[in-house]
Amino acid sequence: MKKAILVLKDGTVFEGYSFGAHGESIGEVVFNTSITGYQEILTDPSYKGQIVVMTYTQIGNYGVNREDIESNGGPKVEGFVVKEYKDYPSNWRSEESLGEYLKKYGVVGIQGIDTRALTKHLRDKGAQMGIISTEDLDPFSLHKKVLAHPDISEIDHVSAVMCKEPYIYHEEKDAPICVVYDYGVKLNILKNLKRVGFSVYVVPGKMPAEAVLEINPSCIMLSNGPGDPQILTYAVENIKKLIGKKPLFGICLGHQLLGLALGGKTYKLKFGHHGGNHPVKDLKTGRIAITAQNHNYCVDISSLKGQVRLTHKNLYDGTEEGMEHVEYPIFSVQHHPEAGPGPNDALDVFDRFMEITRKNL
Amino acid sequence: MPKRTDIKKILIIGSGPIVIGQACEFDYSGAQACKALKQEGYEVILVNSNPATIMTDPRMADSTYIEPLTAEILELIIKKERPDALLPTLGGQTALNLAVELGESGVLDKYSVELIGANLQAIKKAEDRELFKQAMKKIGLDVPRSATVHSLKEGLEVIEWIGFPAILRPAFTLGGTGGGIAYNIEEFKELLERGLKLSPISQVLIEESLLGWKEFELEVMRDKADNVVIVCSIENFDPMGVHTGDSITVAPVQTLTDREYQLMRDSAIKAIREIGVDTGGSNIQFAVNPKNGRMVIIEMNPRVSRSSALASKATGFPIAKIAARLAVGYTLEEIPNDITKVTPASFEPVLDYVVVKIPRFTFEKFPEANPILTTQMKSVGEVMAIGRTFKEALSKAIRSLEVGSYGFEEIEASKEEIIWRLKNPNAERLWYIAEAIRKGFSIDEIYELSGIDPWFLNNIKEIVEIEENIRFAKNLKLNEHEFKNLLFEAKQSGLSDRRIAFLIGKKEKEIRQLRSQLNITPIYKLVDTCAAEFVAYTPYMYSCYEKPYFKLDSSSSLHDSDAPPTDNLKKVIILGSGPNRIGQGIEFDYCCVHSVFGLRELGYETIMVNCNPETVSTDYDTSDRLYFEPLTLEDVLHIIEREKPLGVILQFGGQTPLKLAKALEANGVNILGTKADAIDRAEDRKRFKELVDKLALKQPPSGTATSLDEALKIAQKLGYPILVRPSYVLGGRAMEIVYDEESLLRYMKEAVKVAEDHPVLIDRYLEDAIEVDVDAISDGETVIVAGIMQHIEEAGIHSGDSACSLPPFSLSEEIIEKIKEETIAIAKELEVKGLMNVQYAIKNNEVYVLEVNPRASRTIPYVSKTIGVPLAAIAAKVMVGKTLKELGLTEKIKIPYVTVKEAIFPFDKFPEVDVILGPEMKSTGEVMGIDEDFGLAYAKSQMSAMGKIPLNGRVFISVKDKDKPAVVSIAKDFIDLGFTVIATYGTAKFLREKGLNVETINKLQEGRPHVLDLIKNRQISFIINTVFGKQAQRDSMYIRRGALNYKIPYTTTISGASAIVKAIKRLKESEIKVKSIQEYHREVTG
Repeated sequence: MKKAILVLKDGTVFEGYSFGAHGESIGEVVFNTSITGYQEILTDPSYKGQIVVMTYTQIGNYGVNREDIESNGGPKVEGFVVKEYKDYPSNWRSEESLGEYLKKYGVVGIQGIDTRALTKHLRDKGAQMGIISTEDLDPFSLHKKVLAHPDISEIDHVSAVMCKEPYIYHEEKDAPICVVYDYGVKLNILKNLKRVGFSVYVVPGKMPAEAVLEINPSCIMLSNGPGDPQILTYAVENIKKLIGKKPLFGICLGHQLLGLALGGKTYKLKFGHHGGNHPVKDLKTGRIAITAQNHNYCVDISSLKGQVRLTHKNLYDGTEEGMEHVEYPIFSVQHHPEAGPGPNDALDVFDRFMEITRKNL
Repeated sequence: MPKRTDIKKILIIGSGPIVIGQACEFDYSGAQACKALKQEGYEVILVNSNPATIMTDPRMADSTYIEPLTAEILELIIKKERPDALLPTLGGQTALNLAVELGESGVLDKYSVELIGANLQAIKKAEDRELFKQAMKKIGLDVPRSATVHSLKEGLEVIEWIGFPAILRPAFTLGGTGGGIAYNIEEFKELLERGLKLSPISQVLIEESLLGWKEFELEVMRDKADNVVIVCSIENFDPMGVHTGDSITVAPVQTLTDREYQLMRDSAIKAIREIGVDTGGSNIQFAVNPKNGRMVIIEMNPRVSRSSALASKATGFPIAKIAARLAVGYTLEEIPNDITKVTPASFEPVLDYVVVKIPRFTFEKFPEANPILTTQMKSVGEVMAIGRTFKEALSKAIRSLEVGSYGFEEIEASKEEIIWRLKNPNAERLWYIAEAIRKGFSIDEIYELSGIDPWFLNNIKEIVEIEENIRFAKNLKLNEHEFKNLLFEAKQSGLSDRRIAFLIGKKEKEIRQLRSQLNITPIYKLVDTCAAEFVAYTPYMYSCYEKPYFKLDSSSSLHDSDAPPTDNLKKVIILGSGPNRIGQGIEFDYCCVHSVFGLRELGYETIMVNCNPETVSTDYDTSDRLYFEPLTLEDVLHIIEREKPLGVILQFGGQTPLKLAKALEANGVNILGTKADAIDRAEDRKRFKELVDKLALKQPPSGTATSLDEALKIAQKLGYPILVRPSYVLGGRAMEIVYDEESLLRYMKEAVKVAEDHPVLIDRYLEDAIEVDVDAISDGETVIVAGIMQHIEEAGIHSGDSACSLPPFSLSEEIIEKIKEETIAIAKELEVKGLMNVQYAIKNNEVYVLEVNPRASRTIPYVSKTIGVPLAAIAAKVMVGKTLKELGLTEKIKIPYVTVKEAIFPFDKFPEVDVILGPEMKSTGEVMGIDEDFGLAYAKSQMSAMGKIPLNGRVFISVKDKDKPAVVSIAKDFIDLGFTVIATYGTAKFLREKGLNVETINKLQEGRPHVLDLIKNRQISFIINTVFGKQAQRDSMYIRRGALNYKIPYTTTISGASAIVKAIKRLKESEIKVKSIQEYHREVTG
């Protein structure tokens, strides 16, 4: 087996073996605790700029298929770290092995390392930049490369994953139109908007607000996406212009951008939430949903000074998971109600989108 | 929602004796529930007939009834205690069925007892196949094609459209009793008739066969606020067709995509809501067609189950404890996660390891039983192992089993045999898969034959490949670095040193040294419910091998080993007893747990090592630190090296830890308590004889043979009958009473391997002697005889299979005194520190020593419950230096009541097996009856064992010639008690000659109507049947099997018959009463 090395910015080195593509890759190293769903994770555009460590130890078991993707065009992660990858997938829908798939799309993977040690390190020291290489096996040289690389908060990864041109994902006669601001939208969000009865128009995250309003949609969806919301000033400025004009819904990055557009603040979590088992309480109904999570940043809702109400709370660490505007039909959630991967417990958020949209038609 | 304050007193029903399908997992769940509810301030009333449980310890509940688990007795307890609520979901199917019975008969309403956890309607909806199917269809879930029938006629109609193979499942039976697969109409008729009989409501489900489909289980929890979480997902290694209790299972699910898994999860949530389980855990099973992914829901247990125990241990999420709290009104959100402390229980555990469970079978005890695994459970225990990968967990689970396997040992088998073994599920299939791979079978071929998912097979193939690389390492000419890598890979895949040593022709010790030189040693990781996302506080650990990592600014390599040992000097390691098996079961776990309790009281840090997921000992809050590891020398030494304890306790875990004694001592480990040499003196026949001679005790004349010739000579010298057995065994493996030379020849040829290092022990068999079991405790100075138990059945029937009475019911004061003196002498001579068990036989007023075991015995929990003294806890304290005097234990414990222990057998699961008892132990569990005198205590023990004791009707008697004189008075007593007696020709003639009025009935061979007709028509209420000789036994087996199948109480010994007469007499004289163990213990003086 070909060797591979992972070096973190703080100088921690893990030696393992290569799987997937050969090469070198830099990104912010984060861990994900989902047991299933590696294909969805790989293709989730929110992971752009990140190297994902799977805490579950056996990855690749059920192969890769053409259906379970969250974006077109292959994986979006920068690199993939697992304890054990094996090249004998078994599932009736499997079309190719994970290794072949990563190779095809040039994604560098490393396996055979103590992923629990790495996870605990990230938990204790925080998520940080790292590099995987199968070419340069000198840890000192790799470390220099990490140090020379800009931090994730300095890069606009959204521009890289958003659609370049607007397109219609789904059109239905007499259905309310939902325009989706694409900051790296997951396909499951679009599928769910379709499920609840919207015509779904997807526009690039950079499209001016005026152009969006010209479409005269019934509502606007602010999608998920990668990286630090604070550097996405274009998005924040556009959203500001939409507040009060149309019902607005945000998911994850969309939620954070909404917070910033309302004049609030966001902050970075030490190692983020990435997984499928976080309990989130709906403060209105008291119901607890087990949710899919994928974020490193949070909205400080207290910074919004009475403009919004906290609607959802994470029961693990008490962080804000959702808000609604006290005046306008605007609400957003930090977790991923669309699942993919993860539990479907919060799917009804989309039904609520539709309900509110219809009320404001 | 806070806890309920409108209920104060809660009744919990336990699951009764250990049987196949219901083992100590329910002690684990019941004990957790008692603890949780008591902590919440509720008064807990517990009923369980099984004395070997932790849950029936007097301190676990406020009032503990060791009484028969029948609706009649339960009503008496309810009437006396007047509980506000009944929690029926933690005592297995037994408790659930009793709750239904009490609910339907109106008892619960009459005494205003509320069912909490699951209501009657929900239980019925989940348990009644038809209602369940309808409910699932209603919520849009796919179910197998099926129909429920109540008669043979109906069955023949529906099989037309369901087709073969078809699965039959009788409703409301334990562990799937009476279920099976029919491939043709003949088998179908046979199975259906039996199933209709076994089902208490004469209902059998006939289903489309899902043979070969993938099987999955989800453990689901729901709270009052309707929040639902999935605690654990489990994938079965064996496809559909094998009972999940008999399947190798793996957690988490391995071969489903997230989308498929979420569909299953959504279905499970819908199901628990539709069924209406108010609060608590349920187990839901699914099957998936591997060809197209069609998923059907199979069944749901609306209660804590065997899988819940496994799921709790696999994830660190204590299902039973949380279920108990949910039942009294808490929500998941309000209950903290013990492990992380900061997060709530309203979450779904994630794993960063793989868990493998392998069932443990005991077909060697029942050679006549059909060894093919079906939908009827046959295993008696299980092991669980944790590893970072499936390979590691599987390898560790294999050596945890204690079946003499340390990896994928080679099997000499023809291609045909391998094919047969792959095709027909059996206990050894796992090893045949490896052999098939070695013999060149492709993964596709093995998959076609076995239906086992290729992902699992490929993993096994990798282990086999690593084994082969090691075997041929010499030829591969590896350099040191390459060899080190290979060895590391092998260890990372879970291979044992012993297997590696075998493969390269070295000794296990040499591999251990080599690894130590090469720095290939295990590290330990935590089971933490969250894959390290949060800090974990409970040291629940497993071993694994990981590559080190580095820091750029340092040259040293780093290993991330969780939960480093404390520097506490007062720490003790306790080795557990491994998987349940016949001869070594829950009793030993009870003792291990008590030793923890005892040592904790003295301020010691306790470290438990065990691999049995069903037990209380493997609960993470029983000991201070828990290692979920195999109990092999290698794994145990690693832990000792890491922890550096003051000493290790081997005395409580049965033979499992004891057999490590010599090797541990050789490795410089301090063994606490009785010295290994004393154990050897008791177990080595020659040395034992010396001991007996030295103390001038009597022993049945005996000899040790290392060849056939020698055996024949010894037998001749001793005179027949003789008792023969191989040395160093527990539970009487392969022990037999031999009456003549011909039988001895057969035995020596078939039953044992006799050799220089495998001697065969031969004793003169003392016919009709009374057997006595004695448990004593000693601190090296003082010896206290804690219990003298008189067996009901005569010597020659394995002590574990015999009923016994405490105190003795027919021994003279003089004999009792003699037994005490001898016991004390033996304990002193062996310098016993801790517990000791001695078996005696009394014949013609002479006391013979049969066996000495300087360790905790099977009867310790029973004696402890009887006398109200926690013997194992005290023994543990003695082993760390306390004296009995300091501990306040003095001579003379007088009990003004009688307890009777009765053994419980798994014969109903093995239709091919005779129920006759012998020197080979066959029972899986035990019950205890307690009352003011022997008659009533024996009656209760029999009610617990058989359900009901007949007070009138017809007694059938057919006994061997030797027993005929003795049966006369028994028959007369029965007649005096108002029974009529019917007998086979010989017995009837004999009894009539003695002036008794007896009817005659044909044997099966003698024409109709015969005795089986009477049995089937339930025209017999009790059966006494003794036989002599193999032929007579074969000829009359139908009588005993008939008794079993038609649930007619029976006995196969005269002593049993005479005891039951006493019991019936007392039952007729006085009303049955119930009293808690705490009340009894208050009567103890001493």
